[in-house]
Amino acid sequence: MNERPLALLPELLLLVGAVTTLLTGAFLPRGRQWVARLIAVGALLAAVLAALPAVGERSTVYAHSYALDPATTAARLLIPLAGLLVVGIAAGRVAGNRRETEFYVLTLLAVLGAVLLAGASDLLLLAVAYLLSSVPLAGLAGWGRDRRGAEAALKVYLMGALAGVGLLAGAALLIALGGGASDYDRLAAGLAGAPSPAVAVGVVGVLAGLLFKIGAVPGHFWVPDAVQGASIPAGALLTTVPKLGGLLAAYRLFAVAVPADVVDWPLLVAVLAAVTMTLGNFAAFGQADPRRLLAYSTVAQVGYLLMAVAVAGRAERALPALLVYLAGYAVTNLGAFAVLAAEPHDTLDDYLGLARRRPWLAAALAICLLGLVGTPPTAVFAGKLTVFTVAWDGGLAWLVVVAAVNTVASLFYYLRWLVPAYTPVGRCPAARDRDRPLAAVSVAAAGAALFGAAVTVPLYPLVAQTLQR
Amino acid sequence: MLSLIVFTPLVAAVLLLPWRGLPARAVSWIWIAVTGVEVAAVLALWWAYPGEGFAHEVDRPWIPGAGAGYHVGVDGLSLPLLALTTVVFAACAVYSLRRQRRPRQFAALFLALQTSCLGLFVALDLILFFVFFDLSIVGMYAVIAGWGHGPQARRSALTFFLYTFLGSLALLLGFIGLSVAARPHTFDMVALTRDPPTQGVAGALVLLAVLLGLAIKTPTFPFHTWLPPAHTDAPAAGSAVLAGILLKMGTYGFVRIAMPMLPDAWRRYAWAVVVVGVVSVLYGALVALAQTNFKRMVAYTSVNHMGYVVLAVGAAGLVAGSDAQARAVAVTGAVTQMVSHGLITSALFLLAGVLYDRGGTYQMDAYGGLAGDTPRFAALTAVAAFASLGLPGFSGFIAEFQIFAGSLGSAPVAVAFALPGVLITAALFLWALHRIFLGPARHRLSATADVTAAEIAAVLPLLALALLLGVFPRLLLDVVEPAARAVTDLVAR
Repeated sequence: MNERPLALLPELLLLVGAVTTLLTGAFLPRGRQWVARLIAVGALLAAVLAALPAVGERSTVYAHSYALDPATTAARLLIPLAGLLVVGIAAGRVAGNRRETEFYVLTLLAVLGAVLLAGASDLLLLAVAYLLSSVPLAGLAGWGRDRRGAEAALKVYLMGALAGVGLLAGAALLIALGGGASDYDRLAAGLAGAPSPAVAVGVVGVLAGLLFKIGAVPGHFWVPDAVQGASIPAGALLTTVPKLGGLLAAYRLFAVAVPADVVDWPLLVAVLAAVTMTLGNFAAFGQADPRRLLAYSTVAQVGYLLMAVAVAGRAERALPALLVYLAGYAVTNLGAFAVLAAEPHDTLDDYLGLARRRPWLAAALAICLLGLVGTPPTAVFAGKLTVFTVAWDGGLAWLVVVAAVNTVASLFYYLRWLVPAYTPVGRCPAARDRDRPLAAVSVAAAGAALFGAAVTVPLYPLVAQTLQR
Repeated sequence: MLSLIVFTPLVAAVLLLPWRGLPARAVSWIWIAVTGVEVAAVLALWWAYPGEGFAHEVDRPWIPGAGAGYHVGVDGLSLPLLALTTVVFAACAVYSLRRQRRPRQFAALFLALQTSCLGLFVALDLILFFVFFDLSIVGMYAVIAGWGHGPQARRSALTFFLYTFLGSLALLLGFIGLSVAARPHTFDMVALTRDPPTQGVAGALVLLAVLLGLAIKTPTFPFHTWLPPAHTDAPAAGSAVLAGILLKMGTYGFVRIAMPMLPDAWRRYAWAVVVVGVVSVLYGALVALAQTNFKRMVAYTSVNHMGYVVLAVGAAGLVAGSDAQARAVAVTGAVTQMVSHGLITSALFLLAGVLYDRGGTYQMDAYGGLAGDTPRFAALTAVAAFASLGLPGFSGFIAEFQIFAGSLGSAPVAVAFALPGVLITAALFLWALHRIFLGPARHRLSATADVTAAEIAAVLPLLALALLLGVFPRLLLDVVEPAARAVTDLVAR
């Protein structure tokens, strides 16, 4: 059975961190909630450090239900780091709020849920991880307790519940078809002889849940409303952390559990990827609110990321490509949200003259937005390049063409935000009180996004190309 | 050494950008100094070049997940363009002395742009090539959008960005296609040239993608529509770099990537390239003839001049019934034309900038009789125009002569159709000189409007180099010819 509690140390640290933060926050006066923040940051850092010794680990624990392999390791490193960036974005904005602690607790739980999603190698565990990561998201979306926040929370919760039903039903069907086994290894063997229409129904059900989680078509409806309604740090988390976990979960499900000769899932995922990127891009065209624009841009990015899932197990380097893109996307997207948090405005035109007022912030915005386009030499460029290459390698050249056309189209709406920012204006509006740490977070994220392509070099030897069964 | 040359301008740009208190004069002189050092460094590189093959190669892993590396080096194809880049950027630096709004940002942007141009010409890895290709687009977009004149500047900049970005994505698709077909997957140009990976239909599709990307950048008919508005609204130095250097990226791609890496497909579809070249020559010349705007006219003559290059590289692919010697001459002529056009057109665009600066318009009919009032300006423009129309004694003549002589054997009909292009270009330049400089004066400019010393210092070296290469072509040809022969052999295998 291989039961080693210590193998789950990073996950346990996150859980303990969440509980400790909650208890500490409950007993602290409002003026000293920063102690709770420190504990949360400490828990995230500890989780990252605890994941480092297990970098080369390749095994499964607890009756093959949880895999320890490159994908899990990447999730254990990337997701808490993304959580740290979210805390960095949030710190200045939630400090002193009476629900400050709750924000950090929910962030920790969302991070934990996403890590479990990525590592789950068992349909039942996948379902549990799904629920664990869904509930904190709804809480975070409604954290501000205003009208829009309530709408956001309700959307996330109801859509999540609906998609969760699909996931549970699909999982039940697949387990039944697979002869009662729920872990991916034995499930794959069981499904090999199962009737393919029934397997297809089960796969679509499970996929529905994951598509909601990553915000891909048709589970994307909550994304723009939630990002617009929730606070900006919560929006940053909603569009980053669950995507990291959900995409790795989808990759693992297809690469290990569902044989491609039973159900033609590569075609299904490829079509979903094409529709997602196209819809996200074209919906972003008309947006005047930068939050909605970023929200739709994250939908489009998921479309590109799904290309790597579509060739899971068929192209040699699909997993490294997915991981590189995920890392680049996470830091770039969080950088864009950090700029948004440092200069929150309701329309794109309000950014007029940003380059004059706050040149560093404008530079960070330019790097992050051009990075999201995929302009070299940014991290997302490295991701896009590798994902395009593996998709072509896996026989989906048409999808690469669609993605390239989409990339050109996406340039247009990112420029709609950049052009006002770099338009010189005669008068400068009075400088408002500036959140310097936040601006520093933006610039740091943008720097990471800019040089990401170059620093990935030492990572490749660590990323093996297959998953642990 | 090579990396140092490529990245020095970028370092200077990064240092300049946050330095708020720096006076404008100091900015200009730093900029001129950096570009001057670059010219000297490339001259030293040229001096040390052994005459054949790649020199100063560096090969390091960069994005190993994709098989892309940091591989740079120079050979006879890239060295002349490298030198051209440094010279044109130095001219722009001198020209911009005491001229621009926001001089610090302008200089930083140009220095960064110089890095991307130099990097492109030394890149020996497709992804590295693509990186610099894309960065040059971003840089030029910022130049046009930030410093362009005219109400349409932003719109032109956006058209330029979207159009050429589309081209670069097509190029990327072609590169991925090349890499995926190679075993093991690689983006290394040397490896792909040694062992061309694609055949048959796949090769044709990859060539189509690469050609589309390069044709948009060059630009050839019918993908040239972004060019005239971009040029008209760009600042003079921006136009000079756009026409002098950025257009060469497309044609350089033909000889560096399309021909050696896709020889089968290139030979099969060379006739299409020839046709596109001839149409570009004629269309560019005829449309330029119809222009009333001086800068737009020069922009269209670029389409015409690049058409000759496309014609030559296409003719070099028509292997059947032609001898290797002639095809090598055609490729040599193409590279010479790139250098020559870069020098002469940059000079013309800088002079157009002077015209706009003094008169406030590019409309040729608004002037007239300028020769009497501004003799030095008239003399420089006349020399540049004669050089551009291919007068013997200037580099343009050497280039066009080689192109026609080399292409005649394999594509006689195409050459017959393209020759009138030279005649039309001559006519339109003479007519333009007439309208601006001769006849009754319709302007209010006095003798004080003549070119300043800084402007002369920027334009004169470009024209002097065109003259030097026209009189002593061996200086250039000794380097280009071996490389051109190598390309011809690679296509014919």
